[in-house]
Amino acid sequence: MSVQGEQSPLSSGAAGAAVFPGSDSRKFNYFEPKGRKATHYEDMTVDVQPDPERYLAQGWILSFGDGTPTYSKDWTALKSSNWHLYRAPDQEWERTHYQRQSTIVGMLKNIVDNGRRAGAPSRFDPRWVKVLQDHVGAYKHAEYGLGKALTQAQRYGYTQMINNAILTNSSYKLRFAQDLTLYLSEIGLDLNGFDHEAGKKHWLEDPLWQGVREAIETIGGAADYLEQYFAINLVFEPLVGELFRSGFIMQAAAAQNDFITPAVVSAAEADYEQNLANAVELFQIMSSDASHGEANKLVMQGWLERYAALCGKAADLLQPVWSQPRVKVVQFADAKAASANRMAAICDAVGLQAPLSLN
Amino acid sequence: MSGAMTLNKITQQKGIGISEATRRIADLGWTPSYVQEAMTFPTDYRIAKAPKDPMKQVLRSYFPMQEEKDNRVYGALDAALRGDMFRNVQPRWVEWMKLFLAIIPFPEISAARSMAMVGRLAPGDDLRTGFTMQMVDEFRHSTIQMNLKKWYMENYIDPAGFDITEAAFGKCYATTIGRQFGEAFVTGDAITSANIYLTVVAETAFTNTLFVAMPSEAARNGDYALPTVFLSVQSDESRHIGNGHSLLMSILNKPENHLLLERDLRYAFWQNHGIVDAAIGTIIEYGTKNRDKKKESYAELWHRWIYEDYYRTYMLPLEKYGIKIHHDDVAHAWDRIVKQGYVHKVAQFFSAGWWANFWRIDAMDERDFEWFEYKYPGWYAEYGAWWENYRKLSKPGSVPITFADTGYVYPHRCWSNLVPAVIREELQVDEVDGELYTYGSEVDRWTHKEAFAPEYQGRPTPAMGRFSGRRQWEELYHGWDMADAIKDMGFVRPDGKTLIAQPHLSFEEKDQWTLDHVRGYTIQSPIVNLRAMTPEARAQHIADYRKGFTIKRL
Ligand SMILES: [Fe+2]
Ligand SMILES: [Fe+2]
Repeated sequence: MSVQGEQSPLSSGAAGAAVFPGSDSRKFNYFEPKGRKATHYEDMTVDVQPDPERYLAQGWILSFGDGTPTYSKDWTALKSSNWHLYRAPDQEWERTHYQRQSTIVGMLKNIVDNGRRAGAPSRFDPRWVKVLQDHVGAYKHAEYGLGKALTQAQRYGYTQMINNAILTNSSYKLRFAQDLTLYLSEIGLDLNGFDHEAGKKHWLEDPLWQGVREAIETIGGAADYLEQYFAINLVFEPLVGELFRSGFIMQAAAAQNDFITPAVVSAAEADYEQNLANAVELFQIMSSDASHGEANKLVMQGWLERYAALCGKAADLLQPVWSQPRVKVVQFADAKAASANRMAAICDAVGLQAPLSLN
Repeated sequence: MSGAMTLNKITQQKGIGISEATRRIADLGWTPSYVQEAMTFPTDYRIAKAPKDPMKQVLRSYFPMQEEKDNRVYGALDAALRGDMFRNVQPRWVEWMKLFLAIIPFPEISAARSMAMVGRLAPGDDLRTGFTMQMVDEFRHSTIQMNLKKWYMENYIDPAGFDITEAAFGKCYATTIGRQFGEAFVTGDAITSANIYLTVVAETAFTNTLFVAMPSEAARNGDYALPTVFLSVQSDESRHIGNGHSLLMSILNKPENHLLLERDLRYAFWQNHGIVDAAIGTIIEYGTKNRDKKKESYAELWHRWIYEDYYRTYMLPLEKYGIKIHHDDVAHAWDRIVKQGYVHKVAQFFSAGWWANFWRIDAMDERDFEWFEYKYPGWYAEYGAWWENYRKLSKPGSVPITFADTGYVYPHRCWSNLVPAVIREELQVDEVDGELYTYGSEVDRWTHKEAFAPEYQGRPTPAMGRFSGRRQWEELYHGWDMADAIKDMGFVRPDGKTLIAQPHLSFEEKDQWTLDHVRGYTIQSPIVNLRAMTPEARAQHIADYRKGFTIKRL
């Protein structure tokens, strides 16, 4: 009586156990891969956040009180004729993200533990210790501020690819802010009189840091999520973040007998290379958009001028920090020139003019 | 001084404790003085200072811990293949994973997005840090589930339905229920959505049925992959529940929030019941081949996880803060599951619409009947004939059961949770802003008319969300030929004619339904028809609907 009874019993639920229409359809087939075939990242990411242009037949079925739907293109001033084009060059999905983050924290733990075991912090030049305490201590708040801003920004993107790139960027920034915090806490155990509160005090009160804090708070206060992502990776990072990390800490530390801090900071430099590539790819797509490219360039140029002015001022205010170590191996002017070059290269990559304030 | 240390000193190297570490990390935050953070996601709640954050964790231990969890998951997937898991897996089960895994990565990533909303509102940077870690967790959940789905697609006998997964998610009459669930995490009042609906109710109460009960059933069906992934996911939830509880406590101690809290706990509990019990109840009870009478039924699981664990130990204690808890709703949800056949009626609906699916639904057989009758006395009298008919009509060329003369009445859909109003006697009809709507129950009617409104009991609630879009799937295809609708949705196999959905598990070509077998039947939207009726005809229709139906054995 049952149809089942008329059918041959199934021997296996494994691929290839039977041939029938669709039995070999073993690839996600609803999106156009960027390359010849879809990468694992694309399979994990594309279209997980749907939208009415792609398969969401009923549209968004909830809205905010003012009528704004669950996701809206109006959350940025930039426009795109294809929001779905973007793929993050770093191709991160959960597994690669945790692997990378975990490798970094493992590496840092080894370096810091071994360094402390060998008594390295006690050999740091005392004036350098004060630089670490006051200024690296202040700088960790800037990284935290960027991480928070990116946590906010990852809610607004129009596609999963954009939001996940912003999300992982946030994760990297927050990890680095914590790396610095815990690193300073730990070397502080080995250093007599290390003041753990000094960093935040400098962040909040020291005139040297007020330009940086203003820039960070301005980014945090922006309501346009792509403006935040742009300001962070394309402006703040080259003009302030890298300037301080590479242009000062990484270069000056060795001469002060400090081989540990550069290792801690180098992780952030590698993070930034990855996040910069992600951001440049996105904003390059925006500036070369066939219908909206010119308008987008205008918007981005506006962001660039605004944040370059803020960040340029912030960098200049930091100048005295360069003369605080006893052994002076780097000049602020050299660091600043390198950062201007970096800025020019970034602008070139996304089709913008170098900001006026840098000329 | 020399850096050389004694062995004693080396082994005793001082570190900083976890409490000290979390305190220092929380101290990364500051109150901005140049520019304030943009408060872009609105809430009608007032947030007070937080009580202590219960979660003490830092990223440098978090990342390795999660990587280790990942390693176990991916190792287990490899081991499952080496052990030839798919040779022994039950296709009845894996077919339902096409539905479940089409839905779940979206709510997961929505949970990540929603951390932006509660992050901004969190009183204190310790809690805020907790939310950012949850954000990364939810990114993990979403992509690890996509990975599992791809893995099924690559290794299970019938990949069709997995191959169109995210496209299907946007088009299907069943995934629309899951979209309601996920969108509700991120849209509207930030506290209502990202704290109460997502964490205080969905994560705290219902992830146990989703991520603990379902894996057990998977294992009983020879699927060892799903448990590995979902138990790993669930292991992150205690942190999320802790985060949500901290934020709840910072709302609770302001009496002016109590009215909204009562509203949101009511809405969120009822809608989570409506959605999660419909989907997961059906998958656990009807997607299994295991009919061990000693195992817990969904009703028994519900009693353990939702009633005993959540209601009694989490919800009830909120009363001492002066929050009104709707005990009657909890009792009613329980009755719906045990006495009113909620899960059985949803399963019946999914099977009635099998042709609009992108997965196969296997017929129930005598072994299934016996188990259902044992666990739910009276089951056979009410549903036995339906499933016998379903089995009879599973051969291509039969009348699709939806259109067969079985006495089944295609249900109205609930405007609030989008699950069909399958408990017929509870159908509600009401007008909102001059338009007529149908609801699965009184609380659903209240949800739309009173809770999702610009004012609640005289209090302005401008932040509250709204129901929008083309909420009812049937309206999209009202008046369409079934075959055209299936084609439009893309639920057709690569040969261009064989349906992805089948009302059986046969993989032989002769048993497969094609577009030709379903042509000539017209889809009707119950709500469109209801709105078109005269008031008298409508009243009659509603009265008849509430009386229910009896299935004729064909
Ligand atoms: Fe999750
Ligand atoms: Fe969660």
